[in-house]
Amino acid sequence: MPTASTIVLNARALERTVARMADEIVERADGTDGLVLVGIQRRGVQLADRLATVIHSREQVSVPRGSLDITLYRDDLQTVGPRPIVGKTELPWEIDGKTVCIVDDVLYTGRTIRAALDELADFGRPARIMLAVLIDRGGRELPIHADVVGRLIDVPRGGRVDVGVMELDGRDEVTLAITADAE
Amino acid sequence: MTAPLGKDLLGLEYLSAEQITMILDTAEPLREISERAIKKVPTLRGATVVNLFFEASTRTRISFEFAEKRMSADTVNVATASSSVSKGETLVDTAKNLEAMRIDMVVIRHASSGAARFLAERIESNVINAGDGTHEHPTQGLLDLLTLRQRFGTLAGKRICICGDVLHSRVARSNIWGLTKLGAEVAVCGPRSLLPNAIEDFGVQVFERIEQAIEWADALNVLRLQLERMTAGYIPSLREYNRVFGVTRERLDRAPRDLLILHPGPMNRGVEIDSEVADGPHSVILDQVTNGVAVRMAVLYLLAGNTPALADAAKGGDR
Repeated sequence: MPTASTIVLNARALERTVARMADEIVERADGTDGLVLVGIQRRGVQLADRLATVIHSREQVSVPRGSLDITLYRDDLQTVGPRPIVGKTELPWEIDGKTVCIVDDVLYTGRTIRAALDELADFGRPARIMLAVLIDRGGRELPIHADVVGRLIDVPRGGRVDVGVMELDGRDEVTLAITADAE
Repeated sequence: MTAPLGKDLLGLEYLSAEQITMILDTAEPLREISERAIKKVPTLRGATVVNLFFEASTRTRISFEFAEKRMSADTVNVATASSSVSKGETLVDTAKNLEAMRIDMVVIRHASSGAARFLAERIESNVINAGDGTHEHPTQGLLDLLTLRQRFGTLAGKRICICGDVLHSRVARSNIWGLTKLGAEVAVCGPRSLLPNAIEDFGVQVFERIEQAIEWADALNVLRLQLERMTAGYIPSLREYNRVFGVTRERLDRAPRDLLILHPGPMNRGVEIDSEVADGPHSVILDQVTNGVAVRMAVLYLLAGNTPALADAAKGGDR
């Protein structure tokens, strides 16, 4: 079926957006004290790394990073058929009393973030949890919103947002694909 | 998405290399859950697992129970001594009664080879073989594979020798299937009386002397010598067994390379393995125990909710 694919962010634009998000995260967290960046597998992890690099260049502080795989906390495991592959969760830091910033590539239904919040609660009790996403595409099914958004785009149901990062996909790029016979 | 594993886990013989690798890859990240402050994920919330143990077991049963609880399943342990089995109820009747109480999975340990399959073909619930007679003990095989893979990076081309009572060992069979499927070279070593007749048909080498095995291997999986074998006439005496086949530090010191030492437990220190070796720097025996929980969590995760229909789909990829 025909699909129209457009580039939402190219490499340069993505870099600028990430830099702006990093500033906004630090601003909202009142500095880097107690700030922990937690990327959601998979592309949230790379984005968290990028954000940390920008924060380091601005503030000369290495912000602790972690990664979260939410597969085992999904609410649709009973219905998805073949089991999704489980990725790595690494949270070597105490998160009690910290400001945890969850980082993900695309915010859509909000179910991933719901699972991430549940999983974080099993590691401790942060003073505050924020959410930073590169793309907010709308379509929420749960009362969840992002504190820091790279780009807000309204994508219809059948559309697909693909975030590519150099480390995994060989290029930094965000594309939007809309199938012609989308609902 | 993962390749479907089917409804049951009955033995490594029935899995493809791809399916085995998938279980190991799933187990790897699950190890971290046991390191958390709250050692629990909600994955199997609402699922009921029955641990049906017709044979004594401490390690395997506890390991399964930890795995089930850490995945948030509800668990019930049925030990034969205190159940209706002692009143003469058959295996299938016991399981059907349990199923009538709406269970989802059965973990079975039984003294008869084939008991797990027998049960799996007769009930809807997922069945996990926790050791059936001298047939297979797949989760033990998987945890051995995981432990070896962590140390070696890959199993391809690695040489693993299984030492001791191979004849009565379901662990040996699961190991041989799993290791050969993942490309390792496998040998066995033990007194002829404790090796199966046609063991060469498994495609394994046979060493009559432990020194030869130590010279050849990258890792030894030392099996437990079941002490009742002595009274049954398989070996002359425990002392002699230790003298001829015991894995001792003196013997390992003469090896051309450092060998990894595995043992499925429980150990007879001073019989098949010396304490110095069991507690030594190359022993991965406690890693095996840690990995056991992760591997069982992985199997529970991958099997849960798999219906017979999915199982049929998986059968296409078998063998």
